[in-house]
Amino acid sequence: MVRALEKYIRPGVKVTPFCPGCGHGILMNAILRAIDELKLDMKKLLFVSGIGCAAWIPSPHFNGDTLHTLHGRALAFATGAKLFNPDLRVMVISGDGDLSSIGGNHLIHAARRNIDLKVICANNMIYGMTGGQVASTTPKGSRTSTTGEGNPYRPFDLCKLVGAAGATYVARYSVTQPLALIHAVKKSLLHVGFSFIEVLSPCPTQFGRRNRLDRPEDLIRDLVRRCILEEEAKGLTEEELAERIITGEFSP
Amino acid sequence: MSSRWTKGLFPKGVYYLSGNEASAEGAIAAGCRFYAGYPITPSSELMERMSFRLGQIGGVFIQMEDEIASVSAVIGASWGGAKAMTATSGPGFSLMQESIGYAAFTETPCVIVDVQRAGPCTGQATRVGSGDVMQAKWGSQGDYQVIALAPWSVQEMYELTIQAFNLSERYRVPAMVMADEAVGHLRENISIGARVSICNRKKQKGGTPFGTAEKDGVPPMPCFGEGARLLVTGSTHDSFGFRKTDDPEAHAKLVERINGKILKNRSRIVETEGYFMEDSEIAVIAYGFTARTSLYAVKRLRKEGVKVGLLRLRTLWPFPEESVVELKERVKKVVVPEMNQGQIAGEVRKFYPGEMISLRQTDGEIIRPEKISKVLTSTG
Repeated sequence: MVRALEKYIRPGVKVTPFCPGCGHGILMNAILRAIDELKLDMKKLLFVSGIGCAAWIPSPHFNGDTLHTLHGRALAFATGAKLFNPDLRVMVISGDGDLSSIGGNHLIHAARRNIDLKVICANNMIYGMTGGQVASTTPKGSRTSTTGEGNPYRPFDLCKLVGAAGATYVARYSVTQPLALIHAVKKSLLHVGFSFIEVLSPCPTQFGRRNRLDRPEDLIRDLVRRCILEEEAKGLTEEELAERIITGEFSP
Repeated sequence: MSSRWTKGLFPKGVYYLSGNEASAEGAIAAGCRFYAGYPITPSSELMERMSFRLGQIGGVFIQMEDEIASVSAVIGASWGGAKAMTATSGPGFSLMQESIGYAAFTETPCVIVDVQRAGPCTGQATRVGSGDVMQAKWGSQGDYQVIALAPWSVQEMYELTIQAFNLSERYRVPAMVMADEAVGHLRENISIGARVSICNRKKQKGGTPFGTAEKDGVPPMPCFGEGARLLVTGSTHDSFGFRKTDDPEAHAKLVERINGKILKNRSRIVETEGYFMEDSEIAVIAYGFTARTSLYAVKRLRKEGVKVGLLRLRTLWPFPEESVVELKERVKKVVVPEMNQGQIAGEVRKFYPGEMISLRQTDGEIIRPEKISKVLTSTG
C-alpha cells in the first residue's frame, strides 16, 4: 500500500522535513490515500500552501502542480488560480497560524464566496517553524515561547468561524482518527464549494515539550483522549467538556 | 521584442476617455483576461471598467478583500495561464509590496497600475503626486528588478498598459504603470488603432521554468494544469523549482539572474523621448504628468529664444541611465521637476555629474509650467 502511494510523491524527494513525532506525515498520507481512492489525476490537481511546517506537506512532496506562496496568502493565490482555471481541483494545505491568524481575513472571505477550494488546515496549536510562539489556536493556559505563564486568551474555534462565514463543508478530525480523516478529505475533494477540514496534528518539538507532553506518544494519547464525537459529548458535564475537542462533520 | 499583431477588441477610432478607462482598454487589447482589485481613489474607475469589460469578453473579474489578496490572486491567475493585472494607489501599493517581491522572485508576469496620489500615508486621496516611484523599485525586501513605465497622456495610459503587458510577458517580471492622479482622471481624445502588437510568454516542453541557458536569462513558463507538475515557491529555488534554503550558490545564482535578465536587456526595455534637445543648453528631465507641463514651459521659452529642451522618461525602471549619461557632453545644466522630494533627481545625480536642480513640489497639485519656466530662466 505504501509503495502504491509512491507515484504521488515527486521524483527526487527522499525524506520529509518533519520532526520526529510530528503529525503532518500522517496527514500527508491521509491526503494521498484520499486522492488514490478517488483515482484523481495529479496533473489536474493544484496544491497551494502558505508559510510554515504544514505548507511543506505538498511542496515539494506532491507530484502535481504546487504553489508555495507567502505567509497567510495561500487562499488569495488559490482564488486567482481557481477562478481563471476552473478545471483545476485546487487544494490549500497550510497551518493554523498561516490560515487563521495572518491569513484570517482571506479565510473568512474565501468561505463567504463559497469558492470551490478544498482547505486542509493542519492545526498544531502553535507556531512550529519559528520556534513555538503562541497562535490564535493555542488553548487558554498553554505555555509557549511567548506565553511562559500560559496563554491568557481564548483560541479560535476554526470550524465555527469558517462555518459562520459560509463554508459549505466543514469537518474536524485529528491525525489519531486516520480513517475518518481520509473519508473527510475524499468528501471535500468531491464537494463543490468551499470546504474546510481542521486537522489536529501533534507538535512534540514546540508544543509538547512546553506543556508536559514531552514524548510523541504523550501528545498522541492526549489527542486520543480529548477528541470525541458530537454524540459522545451529549452526556458530559461542562467541566468534562472543557478539555474535549469535538470532532466530526459540521456541515450546515 | 518578438511580438505579433492582432486585431484589437475595441473598434478603431477616436474616443474621449479618462486615463483610467484608457488603461483598462489597453489591458484588454493586450490580452488581459483576469483582474483582481480593491477600491481606492484615484484608481477605482479602472477597476469599474474592467468589471464590465471582462464580463463582456469572457474574462474573470473579482473584487478581493484587500490589496494583498488582489495582487496575490493576480499571481495565482498568472500561473493559471492568464494575463492578469490589478490597479491601485499609494496605500494599496504599499500593501502589495510583499507579493510584488514574490512575483519578481518567482518570475511571474503581472501588471500593476499605480495611479499615484499625494502621500505619504493616506495623504490627500484625490490629489496628485509622484511619491511612489522609488517604492516601485525598492518596495519589497531584497534585490530584484521590475519594469516601471510613466504615461503622460490618456493615449499613453492605453499604449503603456499594452507595453507593460508585453514587457511583463517577455521578461517574466512584474511590470508597473506608474500613472498619477492627473493623468488617471484626465479626459482627452485618444486614437485606437485597428491592430495591437502583442507579446506572449514563451512555452517550451520539458524546459526548466526557473533557469535557462539562454542568453536573455528568461526561462520558458508553463502553467498549472498543463501536466508540468510545477513547483513554484517564494523560497530560493533551483532551476526546477526545488527549495534551496541553505545553498549559497543557488541563492547567488537566482538573485543574479533575476536582476541580470532585466539589466542586461535594458537597451531593449528602456524608452525615452527628447524634445528640442539638439542644441539645448539646459535640459529638463521629467516623467508622467510633470513632463507635460515641462514641455509646455520648454515650448514657451523656445519661442523666446531660450535654448532649453526636455528629456522625457517613458521608462522609470530600469532607470534610463544611458540617456542621462549622454547629457553630460551636451548640456550645461539639468532641471528635474517632480511631484515628490526629488526621488528621480537622486537617480539623475548618479549618472549626471554636472549642475542639477531638483525642483520638488509636494502640495498635492501639478507643477505649473510657470514654475518650471521660472527655474529655467532664473538659472540659465
